[in-house]
Order: sequence, then structure tokens, then C-alpha cells
Amino acid sequence: MAERSFAEEVKKLRLGAGEEFRGEGILAITKALLESGVSYVAGYQGAPISHLMDVLADANEILEDLGVHFENSASEATAAATLAASVNYPLRGAVTFKAPVGTNVASDALANLTSGGVKGGAMIIIGEDYGEGSSIMQERSHPFAMKSQIWLLDPRPNLPTIVRMVEKGFELSEASNTPVMLEVRIRACHVYGRFTTKDNVRPSFTLKDAIERPVRDVTRIAMPPGTYVHEKEKVEKRWPAAVKFIAENELNEFFDGEAADIGIVMQGGMYNTTLRGLEVNGLADAFGKAKVPIYVLNVTYPLVDAEFVKFCAGKKAILIVEEGQPDFIEQAVNTILRRADIQTKVHGKDMLSMAGEYTGAVVRDGLKRFVARYRGDMLPEERPVEGDNSRKSAMAAVNGQVQPRPPSFCTGCPERPIFTAMKLVERELGPHHVSCDIGCHLFSIFPPFNIGATTMGYGLGGAGASAFNVKADKRVISIMGDGGFWHNGLASSVGNAVFNKSDNVIVVVDNGYTSATGGQDIPSSFWNNPIRATQNSIEKAVRGVGVEWARTITRTYDLAKMRDTLKEALTTPERGPKVIVAQSECMLNKQRRVRPQMRAAVERGERVVRERFGVDADTCTGDHSCIRLSGCPSLTIAPHPDPLRKEPVTKVLDSCVGCGLCGEVAHAAKLCPSFYRASIIENPTAWDQMKAKLRVAVIGFFQRRLARKAAFA
Amino acid sequence: MLDRANPEIVAGLEARAIRIAILAMGGEGGGVLAEWIVDLAEHAGYLAQLTSVPGVAQRTGATIYYVELFPKSALPEGAPEPVMALMPMPGDVDIVIASELMEAGRAVQRGLVTPDRTALIASTHRVFAMTEKIAMADGRADAPTLLEACRNSAKIFFGADLAAAAERTGSVISAVLFGALAQSRTLPFEREAFETTIDRAGVGVAASKRGFAAGMAAVSGNAAGVPAGDAGSRTSATAQAPAGSPTEATDAPLAALVARAEGAFPASVRPIVRAGLERLADYQDLDYAQDYLLRLKPIADAERRHGDGSGRLLAETARELALGMAYEDTIRVAELKIRASRFTRVRDEVRARDGQIVEIAEFMHPRLKEIAESVPAWLGRLMLRPGIVRSAVENATRKGRVVKTTSIRGFLQLYLVASLKTWRRSSLRFAEEEARLTSWLERIVAIAAKNYALAVELAECRGLVKGYGDTHERGVANYESIIALVDRLAGRPEPAQRLHELRKAAVADDSGSALKAAIAQLGTS
Ligand SMILES: Cc1ncc(C[n+]2csc(CCOP(=O)(O)OP(=O)(O)O)c2C)c(N)n1
Ligand code: SF4
Ligand code: SF4
Repeated sequence: MAERSFAEEVKKLRLGAGEEFRGEGILAITKALLESGVSYVAGYQGAPISHLMDVLADANEILEDLGVHFENSASEATAAATLAASVNYPLRGAVTFKAPVGTNVASDALANLTSGGVKGGAMIIIGEDYGEGSSIMQERSHPFAMKSQIWLLDPRPNLPTIVRMVEKGFELSEASNTPVMLEVRIRACHVYGRFTTKDNVRPSFTLKDAIERPVRDVTRIAMPPGTYVHEKEKVEKRWPAAVKFIAENELNEFFDGEAADIGIVMQGGMYNTTLRGLEVNGLADAFGKAKVPIYVLNVTYPLVDAEFVKFCAGKKAILIVEEGQPDFIEQAVNTILRRADIQTKVHGKDMLSMAGEYTGAVVRDGLKRFVARYRGDMLPEERPVEGDNSRKSAMAAVNGQVQPRPPSFCTGCPERPIFTAMKLVERELGPHHVSCDIGCHLFSIFPPFNIGATTMGYGLGGAGASAFNVKADKRVISIMGDGGFWHNGLASSVGNAVFNKSDNVIVVVDNGYTSATGGQDIPSSFWNNPIRATQNSIEKAVRGVGVEWARTITRTYDLAKMRDTLKEALTTPERGPKVIVAQSECMLNKQRRVRPQMRAAVERGERVVRERFGVDADTCTGDHSCIRLSGCPSLTIAPHPDPLRKEPVTKVLDSCVGCGLCGEVAHAAKLCPSFYRASIIENPTAWDQMKAKLRVAVIGFFQRRLARKAAFA
Repeated sequence: MLDRANPEIVAGLEARAIRIAILAMGGEGGGVLAEWIVDLAEHAGYLAQLTSVPGVAQRTGATIYYVELFPKSALPEGAPEPVMALMPMPGDVDIVIASELMEAGRAVQRGLVTPDRTALIASTHRVFAMTEKIAMADGRADAPTLLEACRNSAKIFFGADLAAAAERTGSVISAVLFGALAQSRTLPFEREAFETTIDRAGVGVAASKRGFAAGMAAVSGNAAGVPAGDAGSRTSATAQAPAGSPTEATDAPLAALVARAEGAFPASVRPIVRAGLERLADYQDLDYAQDYLLRLKPIADAERRHGDGSGRLLAETARELALGMAYEDTIRVAELKIRASRFTRVRDEVRARDGQIVEIAEFMHPRLKEIAESVPAWLGRLMLRPGIVRSAVENATRKGRVVKTTSIRGFLQLYLVASLKTWRRSSLRFAEEEARLTSWLERIVAIAAKNYALAVELAECRGLVKGYGDTHERGVANYESIIALVDRLAGRPEPAQRLHELRKAAVADDSGSALKAAIAQLGTS
């Protein structure tokens, strides 16, 4: 069960011909897949296409009605390999994952797939996680397309264009026997817009047909001598076929402009930002009518040489708006023009920046630089901006004040106590080298925990510690999520540690989901999933690959146990890897599940106990150790109510879910006695009320006595 | 001013999409607010585009939602749809909505708020960033600076504590911001259109409407901005009254003592002395409060003789002395935990309603040393000496204890501890604290004669001694190592400044490495 439900929105997937669809990019892509008659879809979650996986899961019924099979792949490699179904059969299929990390994992399968080529249309929808809001290293997917020869579609970020490119992409794939990649950037995935729908298409050839009437063609298998033939085919047949299809179907777009001696070329995904840049420079109106001719590459690989030759005819210079580095397109265009002996000057990274997201301001300024160089006459006169000085001084003033807000563990997160325990162990045994993985647990590298030295990728937490496998007085700790564990970690991290006789410690954070991506289910998820097999034990799995020392802690909030188990793992003389499975449900998802249940129970008049923590301000001396050992968003500071004190007190917000960590920390770290737990009993029973009455009577008596004593002190 | 209410005029003049950036933190409903704006605009004949950058940032990080609206009526016959941007461009945003003051500051920092065009609608309350929260002392950003920057960089600024408005109305901040947006009249839609949008959304309509109305009221007539003092007022408004002051009994002898003291001290320190007297009478008894006055006397003299007119020495010493005399021991903690006023305060804080029962449990970790120090000295020494008494106490305190104060048993346990107050003066800890305070006061007086500023710094150093258990021990150690250096510092240039730096280094981290480094540097310079 994912954090966000699309149960309502997926109904739009049933819209028929001529109706208006309104919604997010990912939903539009799904609709386009159905309109294109896909037989199967698969993928692995990761921003920005996690929600595409959620949409597909929530739409399973609609997919089944249409005879479309959906798989939650074990990894991107699995997803890419799924496309093998399109090699021998006229089956259209699509897979999706995050790029470039997912593409990295998938590349073995992708290379094998592209070598032999495909018969049915094969599409890889990649969420290009680049620029603001990205959670990974800044790289491009472009070279994957180039090296394996996959056609790369980069549509203008509006729904009609995206939908058209899905549809045309399948045709292109079939016309050239080559898989295609549809690249969508973060904002395009979530852009809300409209398009006119068509009827969904039920695949004419089905998976069942293929299973029951199998065919094979040995020449499509990536094995010599076939591979040599494939390489020739790629350049001699498939490439020309693709170029022909792209040109004939006008997948790339040309827009006229009065300044015929210059021009702007851009990746489709850069279109809106570029047009806005032109608009604020007075070079375009709000409707996309620009004074400078424009050439939009909705297909960024392969480039169509003839189109460039045509566009550059009679032009002094062009500017290429190509986000990310290296400048593959710019280099290719230079080669194309050189070969055609065309003297048009090619600008790009010299006017825009080499690295970094092409934000509105970067593009606006680059465009201005370019136009000023060749057609300064077209730029409006510069006027000083009203109030610019007060803006500048305000910006300077906030500089020291505005502090970053890196992502951190949610309120009540079960992963937090694991790192609190590590902090406590550090106090006793000193610091350890910690190898991290990918997931919410990686937030440990930020304050307040500041734990973790490296991350080498998903499921590679243990693998990242492999070299530290020599005799030493300390051990190395690796962290891995349950998601990473099933994705890659079981073999690459745990199996590897067993085989190489490592003595190190691996902590598997078993919170029931891939939480960082919104809470998708995995093989060890705690709850039933009607379409997947869950509740497979991680401890059993690691024992299966040969781990002897394995402990499952069923409540991570048990801080003392967490700390002692870690200490034991770090000090036990027993040989072989020590695996600690630290189990408690992701709080974000738990709350989503439990809250409505509690509310309903209260409404039914049932007895419900809600717990939350608080801090007594009059005993809090404001040194905030509790926050440094927890970092829960519900723990904050407030001005000290005591006029004698200056330091702010710790305060627990009403958002506290009573996970209990605050109390555990106060005990385990021997902090101050300021924390209290309040249990609020809704709809108390008669017994509760009787007990309460008695207590009020007795306690009240002593409280009055206390007050009297104080008065006569 | 332009008639924003007439789409034709807007279109004819500008044919430009309205650009709106919303800065919010995960869980604040920034997305809901953005969707409301889209729905509102679409029903009023606008084309709308919305984007955001979710991902892990959605949890607790800052997120920007970006909306563009374009009036359909401005579309020329047969024109293509307008091209709308996917991200805000500095200098090109018409409306910025920020859910919190630092987020508003972030918008300013990113250049999204410009005096020539941007209306800034912001809640002026603070949600502290992690770096502010984990400081060992006070690491908060300066709210007035942020507020000032908002006012200076916006064309028009609508600011108010909208979180408080949300709390008051049992609503959420997104609804209140929606109201503030309506009130700002920066969008060409009437109030009714905003409200029907909330109706259409269909969830929690009544609460959202209340929040919406509160948002409108909060920023009505404040286009010029809010008074600087408002920033952060929410936290101070909701902070509890300290239970340490004897609010439960008005007490005539104490009042007389306070009145007497007020005559003897300059106006600037009176509130502190008053608070000190009340605290100590509550902490121990009237005699103890009187002791306080006696001890302050030499400092008052020193202030008169060597002071620079600021009264700082007296004020700081009076403050620190009161805190030092009312040190936190198990007796004090027990007493504060069992008061009737505290039970009420907890009920308020956890927002318990009538008919609900609230049970309170404390997380205590008294250790042998703390117990031994709170009982009469003879018993304390017995506890600390190896033997059966010591091991019995040690055994009982090995693990932290959860004491249920609302149960009769738990209450009586704490009541018993609180009753030790009668013997507090004969405890080991009392003697230890007394000695420390006495020598501290004597040194202040001595130094004040030579260097007033240094004496003030010395007075403030006592603040390092606070807290419980390890924190207290660490504080005492830091305090003592710094105090030991005062004489050495006195012979050097700018000793007050140096002492100040040492004191700051002591609270820079909890490992003590900053202080160690600072002291080491002192040795070499
Ligand atoms: C190769 C790769 N695939 C997908 C992702 C996207 N991704 C980031 S975090 C995450 C989920 C992590 O889940 P888990 O390991 O269970 O840790 P949790 O977030 O639950 O703590 C995923 C799939 C990625 N970063 N790299
Ligand atoms: S999503 Fe779940 S696992 Fe991730 S930080 Fe939040 S509570 Fe923790
Ligand atoms: S108990 Fe503490 S850590 Fe747990 S949710 Fe409440 S404030 Fe956060």
C-alpha cells in the first residue's frame, strides 16, 4: 500500500475518444500506454516516477480488464529484462524506473535487449532525476541511449506532446526494431494539464498467445556470431529506419521567427523554460510565438542531420539549449555541420552553464547573451528595475538567517531509534566506519545524527564495506533498507559478506516498505497485498545464504535492546557477518493506516487510548540533548516561560504520535526528567471513571496539603 | 491601479500568465492549497498549470509549488494555448505564498520576491530548522531580520501569525493561507469563488471555512505589514506559565519582602529580583529568599561603585544567583511534577477534552549520586560508602523508571521525595552549591573593582552549571576549568571578550572539544 492513493484518479484511465483528461503527467502517460495497446507494463519505483508505479498498482483492475499484465519488478534490471517479451513477439511493452540510477542497474539487460533488437514496441519510461529536488548524483541518461543505441525521446513538457510521443514512440520502436526511452523530468511528471483522449486499445496479440505458441529466433540472441551481425544491423538498418520515421512523422518541431539569421535549438524538455526566457526578454509572446526561429528536439537521439542542415541554412549562429553535461548534442551538431560544410556558429554551453539545472534565470540570461551578440537590435532597452536596491539589501540580510532544511526522518519514524542507539554505542565504543545505502535511513548523514561515510547505491550498503575485511580492533557497520535488501542487497551485500568471510555488522532496516519512495510493498511487507506475495522473512533469507549470527529486533523503539544488540554484534567473538534485522513499521504509512481506524473507533464510542509526549518547561534547562539524540520533527524549541532563563526550552508539538522514543532516550542516555507521557483515554469505561474518581480524591487531598505547606513556608 | 477584477483588461494589457509560487514544508498542505488555486481559477474561466517537486523533500524539507493562471478570455481567436513555465523565475513572480517566516525568507533569498511586482503573503510564525533546534544554547535565527527583509523586498506584504489562526479555528494552515490570499485581492476572484472552491473539495469543509475566514481577518488592513514584535509570538503566547512561581497561593509575607526589595534596587533589575525572590520562596522558604537578598547586597554595592550605568552586573548576577540557589535536585523535580497546577497544564498541553481521562507517566533516572546528595548529609555519606546501603540504592536505580504520577502509588512516591525539602539545607548537594556560589560571588566583587566587563562575563559563566546527571557534571567541569583561567585572563588584553569566547565554546558541542581547543589556543597566544 503506497502512501498516496490514486484510486479516484485512475478512473480517468477509462475515458474514451474525444473526452478531456485533466490531471498529472504520470497519469497521462499511463493513459497513453493504454491507448497504444500495451500488453504488459513493469517497473521499479524511484522519484520522479514512483507515482507512476502507484498509478499502475491502483489501476490494476482496469489493466486486467484490458488484458494488460502489470509487474512490480524486483529491480530495474528485472524491469528491463521484462522487455524480452517484445523480442520474439509482436507485443508492446513498457517499463519505468528512475534515471540514471535505475538505468545503471538495468544496463546489462538493456544492452542485451538492444543488441538483438525488438519486434514489438518496447518503451522505457525514465524519470530523469536532475536538478532541484533531485535525490541522486547529477548525471544524464543520454549516454546510455548512445552507447546501447536506444532512441531517446524528450518531449515538450505538456500533456498533449507527452501523450503523442508515447504513441509515436511505440511506432518508432517497431519501425526501427529498437527500444525507445521516454525521458520525463521531475516537473513534467507532476505537471497538471489537459489533453483530449482516445479509446483504450486491447492488445490484439496477447501474452497468453505467446506462452502457448512459443517461437524463437536464434539470430536475435546476443551471442557471437549474432552480436557482430547486430552491430552492423544497428547502424545499417535500424538507425536509418529511425531517422526516416522521425523526419516523416515530424516528431521534431520547427517554429518560424522573424530573425532568420539566428536560431535556437533545444531539447523538448527545455521548451517551456526557453520560451519563458524569450518572453521576459521581450522576444516572444505568451503563446509561444517567438521572434527567433526555433527547432525543438522531441527526439534527442538520434539527431536528424538533414533537419539541422535545413534549420541552419542562412543562419549566422544557433544556440543549443541542452541541460546537463557533457554537451553531447552540441558536439554532435558541430560534427553534422562540419561534415555538411556549413559555417553557422554553434553556441551552447559557452552562453549557458556547463553544469547545473537550466533554471528560468540561467536560460533567460543565456538567451540574452546570445541575442545581444548577434541581434542586439531586437532586445528592448534596459530599464532599471524598480526597488532593486531594497531587494538586494533584503537578500543580503536574510543570507545569514535562512538555514537549510534537509529532509529528515518523519515524526515517530522507527529508523531514528536505530541511529540513536548507534550514537549511544559510539559513546561507549568510539566511532565506527559506517557504510550507508539508499533510502530514508540515509538521512542519518544529516544533523542531528551525522552518521555515515559513503553510499554506493541501492542494496550496496554491505558491499560498500567489503574492503574493510581485515583483522582490526573494530568492525565496520553497514546499513541497508528492506527495499535495498530485496533489490540487490541479499546477494551483493549479504551473500558477498558470507562468501568472503567478513566479520562486519549489517543492519537491515525492516520497516515494511520502500518508504522513501512513498511506501511500496516488497517481499517482506507485513500486511497482505491482494496481488503480491508478502510476509517473506528477511532473517530466513539471510540464514538461507549462510549467515549464522542473525537477530531480529521486533521493536526498534526498544532503545536499550537496540543498543545492546549492536554492541554485541560489534564485540562478539563469533565469526562471519552479523546481521541485525531491525523491525518496526514505517510511521508515515502506519499512521495512514491506523488513524482512520482510531477515528472510526472513537466515533463508535469505543475506548481508545492516544499517547503523546510532553516536556515540563519548569524542569527543562534548555540544553537540547534530547533533540540531538532524536531529531524528531515533533520536538522543537520554544521561548523559556521562566523569566530568569534565556535558552529556549524543548517543546513537544501536538503532532507527536507517542512512538515512545523520547522516553527511551531519556532513560538510555540518562537525560533530564522533563519528559512525560500522557495517555489520553477517549470514551473511558465505567471502571476507568471509577478509578479516576478515587485517584482525584486521594491525590487531590495531598495536592491541597502541598499547596498549603507552600503558602506557609 | 489596474482593475485586476476585469479579465479583459488584464488580458488586453498584459496577456501574461499570473505566476504564483507557494513555499511550504512537507505535511503543511501546500499541495492542497495549490490545487485549490487551480480549481478556483479553472471555474473562473482560466487555464491553469501546476507543478511541484515532490520526492523525499516531501517529508520534512522545503517544497515549492508553482502555479500559472491564464485567462481564457485573453486567448485570441484560434490561438494556441499559452506556454506556461514549470518553475518560478526570479524577478518574475506575481504572488509568493509562504507558510512560515523562514520559508518567506528563503523566497527572498532566492530572488522570488521583488519590489516591482511581488505580493508576499506569509505566516510570520516560526518552525525551527534542525540546526536551530540542536544548538546547546540558543541557535535561533533572528525573526525581526527575516520580517524586515520580507517587508523590504515585497511590493506589498501580507504577514500575520497564520499558524495561530489555524490553531484557534481548529483548521490547517493551508486553509488560512487561502483566506489570506483572498483578502489580499491579488487574484481577480471574489470571496464567494474562494469559498465555493472549498465546498467543491468536499473534505473538512466546515473547518477549512473557519480557517479561511480567520486567514482573511488576520491580514485585513495589514497591507503595510505587521509590527516586528509579532514574529514568534505564537510560541510565546502558547508557552506555559512557569509552575515554579507560587501561583497557587498569594502570600503576604513574600509580598512584603518583594516590596521591600523593590525599594532597594534600581528599576531595571527589579523584575529579575522579584522573580528570584518568588522562585526561592517557592523552592525552599521565605528565609531562603531573604538569603538571596543578603547575598545580592555586595553585588549591588559593586554595581553602584564600579558600574557603567547599564546595571548589567547586578542584573546578570541576580538572575544567575536565583537559578543557582534553585538548583535542580530530585526534591524539586518531584515537587514540580505532582502539583495540581501541573496536572491542569498537562491536560491543556495535550488538548484533552472534557470527559477524557489523562494519565501521566514520568521518565526518571535518578542515580545513586543524585539521591545521596538530596538526603541529609549523614545518610548521603552512608549511601556513597561501599556497603549494603549503597548496593541497595544502586540496584534500585540501575534502570530508568517510569513513574505514573496520576496513579496513587506513583504520586505518593514522588510526594515522599518532595517531602525531603524540609531537610534540603542539610544535604550534601546544598553545601556543595552554597560553596560554589559563595566563591563565585566573592570573585565577582573582587574583579568588578578592576574590570567591570570581565565581572559581568564571570557572572554569566555560572549559567554553564545546569541540568541533571551527566549534563550537570559536564557543566560543572566546564565552569570550573573556565573559572580557573579568569586570573590569567585578567592580565591580558580584552579579557572580557576572551572569557565570553570561552563560555561560548563550552556550549558549542557536548564533547567539550571546542572548549579544549579554545583553552589550548589561549595557551599559545
Ligand atoms: C537503483 C535505484 N533504484 C531506485 C532508487 C529510488 N529509491 C530511493 S530510496 C528507495 C527506497 C528505499 O527503500 P528501503 O531500502 O526500504 O529504505 P526506506 O526508505 O524504507 O528506509 C528507492 C527505491 C534509487 N535511488 N536507486
Ligand atoms: S517515510 Fe517512514 S521510514 Fe521514512 S522517514 Fe518517514 S517514517 Fe521513517
Ligand atoms: S515520542 Fe518523541 S520521538 Fe516519538 S513521536 Fe513523540 S516527539 Fe517524536
